[in-house]
Amino acid sequence: MLLKRNAGDSSPVEKGPAYVQLENVSKSFATAKAVSQLTVCITKGDFFSLLGPSGCGKTTTLRLIAGLDRPDEGRISISGEPVAAENTWVQPEKRGIGIVFQDYALFPHMTVAQNVAFGLKGYQREKAKERVAQLLELTGLIGLGERYTHELSGGQRQRVALARSLAPSPQVVLLDEPFSNLDADLREELRGETKRILKEQGTTAILVTHDQEEAFSLSDKVGVLNKGSLEQEGTPAEIYHHPCSKFVADFVGKADFIIGEIKNNTVSSAFGTFPLPSDQLRGTGQVELMVRPDDVLFNLDATGESTITEARFLGASVLYRLQFGNGPSIHAIRPSTEIYPVGARVRVKLDARHIVIFPNSCTRA
Amino acid sequence: MKTITAKRTLIKHGQGLRSLPVLPLFLAILIVLPVLVVISALLTPTWEVWSHLAQTILPEMIKNTLLLLAGVGAGTLFLGVGLAWLVTTYRFPGRKILELLLLLPMAVPTYVQGFVYMATFDIAGPLQTFLRRYFTDLTWFPEIRSGGGAILVMTLVLYPYVYLLAKAAFREQSGSLIEAARVMGYGSSHIFFRIVLPLARPSIAAGVALAIMEALADFATVRFFNFPTLSDGVIRVWHGMMDLRAASELAGLLAFAALAIVLLEHALRGRTRYYQTGGKAPGIMPVALQGWRGWLITLSCLLVVAVAFLLPLTQLAAWTWNELPRLPEGTMSVYAQLIRNTLILSLSAAFFVTICALLLASSIRLNGSSIGFLLAKLATSGYAVPGAVIAVGVIVPLSAFDHALNNLLEAWLGVTPGLLLTGSIIGLIYAYVVRFMAVSFNSVDSSLEKITPNITSAAQILGAKPWRVAWKIHLPLVAPGMLAGAILVFVDVMKELPITVMLRPFGYDTLAVWVWQMAAESIWAGASLPALAIVLVGLLPIIFLTRVASRNN
Repeated sequence: MLLKRNAGDSSPVEKGPAYVQLENVSKSFATAKAVSQLTVCITKGDFFSLLGPSGCGKTTTLRLIAGLDRPDEGRISISGEPVAAENTWVQPEKRGIGIVFQDYALFPHMTVAQNVAFGLKGYQREKAKERVAQLLELTGLIGLGERYTHELSGGQRQRVALARSLAPSPQVVLLDEPFSNLDADLREELRGETKRILKEQGTTAILVTHDQEEAFSLSDKVGVLNKGSLEQEGTPAEIYHHPCSKFVADFVGKADFIIGEIKNNTVSSAFGTFPLPSDQLRGTGQVELMVRPDDVLFNLDATGESTITEARFLGASVLYRLQFGNGPSIHAIRPSTEIYPVGARVRVKLDARHIVIFPNSCTRA
Repeated sequence: MKTITAKRTLIKHGQGLRSLPVLPLFLAILIVLPVLVVISALLTPTWEVWSHLAQTILPEMIKNTLLLLAGVGAGTLFLGVGLAWLVTTYRFPGRKILELLLLLPMAVPTYVQGFVYMATFDIAGPLQTFLRRYFTDLTWFPEIRSGGGAILVMTLVLYPYVYLLAKAAFREQSGSLIEAARVMGYGSSHIFFRIVLPLARPSIAAGVALAIMEALADFATVRFFNFPTLSDGVIRVWHGMMDLRAASELAGLLAFAALAIVLLEHALRGRTRYYQTGGKAPGIMPVALQGWRGWLITLSCLLVVAVAFLLPLTQLAAWTWNELPRLPEGTMSVYAQLIRNTLILSLSAAFFVTICALLLASSIRLNGSSIGFLLAKLATSGYAVPGAVIAVGVIVPLSAFDHALNNLLEAWLGVTPGLLLTGSIIGLIYAYVVRFMAVSFNSVDSSLEKITPNITSAAQILGAKPWRVAWKIHLPLVAPGMLAGAILVFVDVMKELPITVMLRPFGYDTLAVWVWQMAAESIWAGASLPALAIVLVGLLPIIFLTRVASRNN
């Protein structure tokens, strides 16, 4: 399951035909380079997330795929057909895509049914009606067809936007942070439902989000964007456990970085020594270890070198901060069925399987 | 449409097109031109004109203007803020309906209120006639034909501007601020003066500024009340001496007075921008007043409505009722002509203003550069300029054009077409566009706001062709705003007096002009039916306004 990898390099795993493909795509605006030399392949039927902090170019990427913006260079193809390249340009409406905007962009002067039916051009009246009814059922909006959009709750609006984007049976649906305007509970519910609906329809989905939890819980594949280029692409588990850079490691979850040293195929650190995993860096010298709280084990021990300096109760679990003497500190997470007091001495053990080694920021290994 | 989308996208990403917005620039120049003409006249003063004016009417006009503005400002401030405060903080019998009724005086133009008050309260009026039965000496009765009378009359119809804006400002205030003050142990009057009033200051300043701009622009009422101000002076000089030079220099002074009001309003607003994000906390919760206190407030509000609206309405209705059976032969055809002229002017002004506003607002939005914002400000600045200034400012360039054209055609073809622009309603329409652009622009622009770039993109991605996007999405979204703006302009033009009086083609009478002429001759009954029509049509936008407000609540 471990991905063969070297720091700073990521090679996407090929799986099925690439359906949406971006090759060396760049896009600049007057003030900044939004996307630079971006290459991504998205498999047919996959739920793919573009994850990154604000300003990383993810929304621009989505607009480029949709055809709402034109790339400065590079090519984009959908289903093998180039839609944007040096001498090719396919209008957004000809690309067979649907889009759900962050603000939903529902037509305020139309009813729910009229909104959903808007894209059903060329349908006979009866057929269109049937299709709308089908979509309202699919998205759990039965009985709301005659409402105006301002008479709906936030969650219902999101459903209408999804139904409207799916109406013309697009091959790809683009989702631009569609859950960010919803309350936490509702967000959870709608994520699940959106995924179910899209999977049922067999639609390829591309989601843009800055929320790693959202990307992980929904996606088959995640692409992490940083400053307009792809930092890493992989399954959620790969991204979480084997980030290829400190940026990814930091962005996709809580991580501590501690100094370690490689010598004779072992790694030593303040919190213990363990054999160097086979796929990690070679050579000797100082390195940085990424340790996730769930990879840190500890038990109470009066002779332990570390002390619990902080305990944060999170509900199902407790996050502890463990201080090694005067040295580094790391975080550990434990179920809240067992509570340890602050100030207690503990012995720390790292679960070496998931620890990722980076070259030290100062001295390259 | 593809280019539109592309441009909007650029705007979204903070890269406005740096090219000069040509259309807004053109419209802005067209609209600022009259004011520039008038101000430039002031910059090159003719000393004979000024020395003559200074020796005769100028000192009195300036004094009267200042007194009028101060009086109307203080009066509308007191009445508007006071009433707004009462209806927001107390619950008393009939509050809901009174809250709306207090807006109605807005429908009465100052000159209509003016002549009704004059007719009712002067020596020959019904009140003094009635009082004479009981008192032999009525010299204690205040003279209505005075500065005080003018201030009273204008305050009574202009306070709704302040009332409306103050009420909205009070209502927007987050209750949490007031609760915070209450928890800190402050009483309600303290809270009003220390928190509520300062927070509402920008809105109140805007309301008072609107009211005194109206007072500054009025010339008919002050003439009825024999209290000549600068606006009256411009028209007197224009009509009496037919001296365009003197009129435009005096109008320059008037324009400066208007500018002073705008600057004063900005100063009063200060640098403060009050964004209250209190969100969920309820606003000011009205306190129920029991027994006589509640009824006292009801009575005070009723008194204002009665004096400011019911009195003119019933008086006009009574005159009309008495007059109708014995109207002289041919009156009806005169009235029909008046209505026809009024409709032609109001409808065509509403049409042109709306089209200009739509072009201006949409091209500025598409252009998205900061210069567009400035141009919008310029193009909508006419609302602050008194009608007399605009009229003079329009007549100068248009008559120059007419003369140049006549000279040219005479030289070339040996014919003189006459006064093409100044002798027709083109000049009038131009002046109305200048004056009322802001009314329509704000309305159209806020409805354009609903068309987000994403809405256009969504329609496009769903396969809609450009014309379908325009017809099915854009038009339905902008149409209500255009219609609302058009109605407001229609009613404003119908009530408008100074521009119409100064620029109308010879003998081209409208309802408003007729009312003014009849009232100036003290033929109350002859003025009553047209005045009643103006007031009743003037109720339209108020009803519209309150319906929109209640829908938003």
